[in-house]
Amino acid sequence: MHRTKFRWHIVIFLTPAALVYTAVMIFPLFNTLRLSFYNEVGQERLFVGLENFRTLFLDPIWSTQFWNALANNFRFFIIHMLVQNPIGVLLAAILSHPRLRCAALYRSAIFIPTILSFVIVGFAWKLILSPLWGIAPNMLDAIGLKSLFEPWLGKEAYALTTLALISVWQFVGIPMMLIYAALLTIPEEILEAAEIDGITGSSAFWKIRLPLILPALGIISILTFVGNFNAFDLIYVTQGALAGPDFSTDILGTFLYRTFFGFQLQLGDTYMGSAIAGAMFAIILLGVCVYLFGIQSRMRRYQL
Amino acid sequence: MSKARTNLPISLAMHTVLIVYTLIALFPVLVILLNSFKSRKAIFRTPLELPNSETFSTVGYDTVLSQGNFFLYFQNSMVVTIASLFTILLFGSMAAYALSEYRFRGNTLMGLYLALGIMIPIRIGTVAILEMMVATGLVNTLYALILVYVAQGLPLAIFILTEFMRQVSQDLKNAGRVDGLNEYQIFFRLVLPLVRPALATVAVFNMIPIWNDLWFPLILAPGEEVKTLTLGSQVFIGQYVTNWNAVLSALSMAVIPVLILYTIFSRQLIRGLTSGAVK
Repeated sequence: MHRTKFRWHIVIFLTPAALVYTAVMIFPLFNTLRLSFYNEVGQERLFVGLENFRTLFLDPIWSTQFWNALANNFRFFIIHMLVQNPIGVLLAAILSHPRLRCAALYRSAIFIPTILSFVIVGFAWKLILSPLWGIAPNMLDAIGLKSLFEPWLGKEAYALTTLALISVWQFVGIPMMLIYAALLTIPEEILEAAEIDGITGSSAFWKIRLPLILPALGIISILTFVGNFNAFDLIYVTQGALAGPDFSTDILGTFLYRTFFGFQLQLGDTYMGSAIAGAMFAIILLGVCVYLFGIQSRMRRYQL
Repeated sequence: MSKARTNLPISLAMHTVLIVYTLIALFPVLVILLNSFKSRKAIFRTPLELPNSETFSTVGYDTVLSQGNFFLYFQNSMVVTIASLFTILLFGSMAAYALSEYRFRGNTLMGLYLALGIMIPIRIGTVAILEMMVATGLVNTLYALILVYVAQGLPLAIFILTEFMRQVSQDLKNAGRVDGLNEYQIFFRLVLPLVRPALATVAVFNMIPIWNDLWFPLILAPGEEVKTLTLGSQVFIGQYVTNWNAVLSALSMAVIPVLILYTIFSRQLIRGLTSGAVK
């Protein structure tokens, strides 16, 4: 057996992508995790082990902020799951109806918010909900519910929920599209067979279609989880880096930005910033693992 | 189902739900666009009416165009987006070709390594990315943004393109080899043109997040000359927050390019989303 000639073209095809990806994504990721074990003492960078994480989880000043941001982040995620998925399934179910007219038109229109930037979405809703402009109170007035109006973004009790709903409004297009695609792959024969067995209408949906789109719902859940746990833009745009009122809308992304970059009087802290990034990494990794090993591998996939 | 097909009330109910939701989805955008063409008084007195000859005014746009560098921001966003997309497609398809076409030791491992980044957001590494960009002097340049977006876009691009390239006929490539084409010619002349639909899907998926990103422009390139449209409009609106005409016009100017791009590419985008390319 003589060795075949070294195939240089494979190296040339792979190198550019591998190089950029390693240098700008993987290496900084590990470097950030490494920095979370260091701190500056005097002028020098010193290895401090888990000290930064102890500060983050246990120090009274840091830990209140951290646990607050984490709890808010979970609430943000849960509101997404509870509101975004049912609306997405409902819209997709209607859109996939075979006799529906103008389906493409509705689909394109409903997807528009998803393509807008957080800057546009955040400011647009801020203006609409503003008591100064009065669009929201006047519209509530028109249906006789003016008493329900509150400056939602300015009240601690409502601000985070309001922001989560704005984010749902923006992203509902994605679950809608993915579930729509999953519904389209269900063969007509299965539904017809069910119909012969007397399963029609809404029970056909619950018993036949819903189990078949569960894998799509799983993918949507993990996408939402990852997206929510590194969210930043919407809250920064509407509430600023301080995530007001009184940190009630602070999530991990805004907490990381504030810590790493500093704001007003607080100086930026590279090492504590890295520690927060490390915590975010752990949470996202945990979520992805739960999905891959706990949910996806156990989900029953039906051969269609 | 056959009952529903002929059932008028059900069809009516479906359209009602869709129309209501479409209104919810479009209402904020329409309110912003309509009011940006009104005088200050009309914005507050009749926010829900169309601008008419009495209330029409472009004072907001005048402020935006004279005070903000919107054309520069727009140009920066274009440069960043197009350069990133081009590089993602070129590097991504090259790597995907190597992974799909050749058997070599470490192929699977390389594929897994490159796929890691699909689920892990690049933002987690921001601290070290900024340090690196400062050290290499790339901070406050568009190159910093392009590099980050390329690194962020490559994993999913390679994943999707590998799947598509596996479907390219082996006979065709072998025929090319017999005709004396080398591996590079086979890739550029035979394979790339055949996966054009997949390239378009990847481009459309990457275009929106790159254009809309606020985090990296804010951290890596906040300088006036390199601001992207997203960051530029965010800063502008922050400064002119009490000038409603200017704010509404700035928002509209940020919306319009995206809407134009969307009308051009929406078919591609929706086809990509519904074709299972992201599964």
